[in-house]
Amino acid sequence: MDLEIGSPLTVGLILGVVIVTAALLITVERRLLGFWQERLGPNRVGWFGSLQVVADMIKIFTKEDWIPPFADKFSFVIAPGIIMSVVLLSFAVIPFAPNIGVIDSNIGVLFVLAMASLGAYSVMLGGLSSDNKYALLGSLRAAAQMISYEVFMGISLLGVVALTGSFNLREIVNAQSDGWYIIPQFIGFVIFLIAGVAESHRLPFDIPEAEQEICAGYHTEYSGMKFGMFFVAEYLGLVLISSLITVLFFGGWLGPTFLPPIVWFSIKAFAFIAFFVLMRAAVPRPRYDQLMSYGWLFLLPVSLINLLVTGAIILSSQP
Amino acid sequence: MIALFYIAGAVAVISTIAVIMQTNIVHALLYMVVSLLAVAVIFYVLGAPFAAVLEAIVYAGAIMVLFLFVIMMLNLGQHTRNEEKSWLTPKGWLGPSILSGVLLAQLVNVMSHLSYEIVPEQIGVMEVSALLFGPYVLAVELASILLLAGLVSAYHLAKPK
Amino acid sequence: MIKLIVYTLLSQVRTLWLVFIKIFQKKDTVEYPDSQPYMFPRWRGRIILSRDPDGEERCVACNLCAVACPVDCIALQKGEMEDGRWYPEFFRINFSRCIMCGFCEEACPTNAIQLTPDFEMAEYVRQDMVWEKEDLLINGTGKYHDYNFYRVAGKKIEGKDKGEALNEAAPIDVKSLMP
Repeated sequence: MDLEIGSPLTVGLILGVVIVTAALLITVERRLLGFWQERLGPNRVGWFGSLQVVADMIKIFTKEDWIPPFADKFSFVIAPGIIMSVVLLSFAVIPFAPNIGVIDSNIGVLFVLAMASLGAYSVMLGGLSSDNKYALLGSLRAAAQMISYEVFMGISLLGVVALTGSFNLREIVNAQSDGWYIIPQFIGFVIFLIAGVAESHRLPFDIPEAEQEICAGYHTEYSGMKFGMFFVAEYLGLVLISSLITVLFFGGWLGPTFLPPIVWFSIKAFAFIAFFVLMRAAVPRPRYDQLMSYGWLFLLPVSLINLLVTGAIILSSQP
Repeated sequence: MIALFYIAGAVAVISTIAVIMQTNIVHALLYMVVSLLAVAVIFYVLGAPFAAVLEAIVYAGAIMVLFLFVIMMLNLGQHTRNEEKSWLTPKGWLGPSILSGVLLAQLVNVMSHLSYEIVPEQIGVMEVSALLFGPYVLAVELASILLLAGLVSAYHLAKPK
Repeated sequence: MIKLIVYTLLSQVRTLWLVFIKIFQKKDTVEYPDSQPYMFPRWRGRIILSRDPDGEERCVACNLCAVACPVDCIALQKGEMEDGRWYPEFFRINFSRCIMCGFCEEACPTNAIQLTPDFEMAEYVRQDMVWEKEDLLINGTGKYHDYNFYRVAGKKIEGKDKGEALNEAAPIDVKSLMP
């Protein structure tokens, strides 16, 4: 079996594996959360709960797919589709291994940022078209949060881009063969991690869907398969952010040669997925204004200083 | 590639017309996003991937989201939709459309005499940056000062009393 | 300021570490249907009607439990046997209303009605939650093994006249002048 970049077999495999991983994460996250809270988590269906995702899927597929009569049908229906397609499109530029990937793009990093910014529409339209006050509040919060944290996300990975001299994710991985970027770009890594959590609105930054305050936020009115798409897209976003961190700061597929590159990539990416779940288990949610002031008053200056220092060092080290 | 260009151009034109014709303002904004994305595709086809992605990030991703954000704050409903519909009478748009049709005909006439070719080379980040910080550095700095002024005024408005 | 930022970051890292090591600790979960939890004898669960040591029904149909019940889930009808004993003709508890408060057990003068540690009472049909006397009555004394109401009470039944009960003084003959 020959895998190469962009062949239909590779594209189909990536699509299938990514979606199945995202669906399995629903179970994996619940079990991991259980372990970290001294519980067992779902372990009844299948071997150690491995078929729990099938049960969840059956439930979601067979639920009534209801559109509220007061909703704006057009926006209500396309909102879950937007986030699903946008996140899946972002996987096009991720380099999984030297021979596995969809495209080898010169603007990979920018493409991911563009798709992340388009993802804000899904959340906003979902909340706005629901015609529900909690949904509206959730989407207002989501819009402000996603626009703000996109800025820090972009600036924090510019240090990596400056060190490599390219927006191409494959070149970024290859440039890390003599040292991962986590060491020179540690501050950039921390800011990217925080911004990534906020961008995929996971806990502790799940303010747009804070259950205790505003029901389920922007997807309050969603049910059935449309809710399932929001749900799976959230986990797809989790996989995407983990893959991006792996590629940008932890050398992507690079590793000792006794394992194939794709395995190294998967191990690193799964470690970050587990870290995100750990954050969900451990860290409490900040207040909304705290989130905003933390971003604009702390992350923005720090990321700008990081970029400035990186640029100065690169310039001074050049002959 | 050339087919892609024409398809994207048609999508841009149709969605722009739909922006004007739509009475539901949220749908109009969505059509506008589609139009901007179609323009991004045109940029990409013409060999400017950096400009294409910036179009998607800045216009479709940030500015339009802010428009939508403002619309969320307003209390729009059926009555605004009816009002929009009442403005779409032939009496209102016939005159302007005839006049702009004349201008369009002139433009097409002029442009059909121009000789053009699609440049096969790709204009990447490096070339754009070299232009921005070379010949156009003064314009870039002026624009950044403008943005700084906007930032300072926003801070002044948001400052707690 | 720097000190505050560093301290905050370190406290977050410490939180993450403390939660992470929980993965190696023993889990608190009791896997219920596989391993039954220990139920305390005084747990307030399913209601039963007990019998006295002689094997007779303890319930004397006094209706105190039905009065005490805050949700009115107990219904019964008094009947009287030929030997003078009272008994419930029917005794009905609607467990879909019962809140397991235990007031009936408190009110019962004969220790007949008692709550047990059994709590697995789910039914598919709602009518199955209404239990009759035959369902409630057990062949045992419940929590009080030696208590027999008619032996200690002054009620006259066949074979036991007034004053013959345990620790009971003979009735005073008001027509006599003797001390």
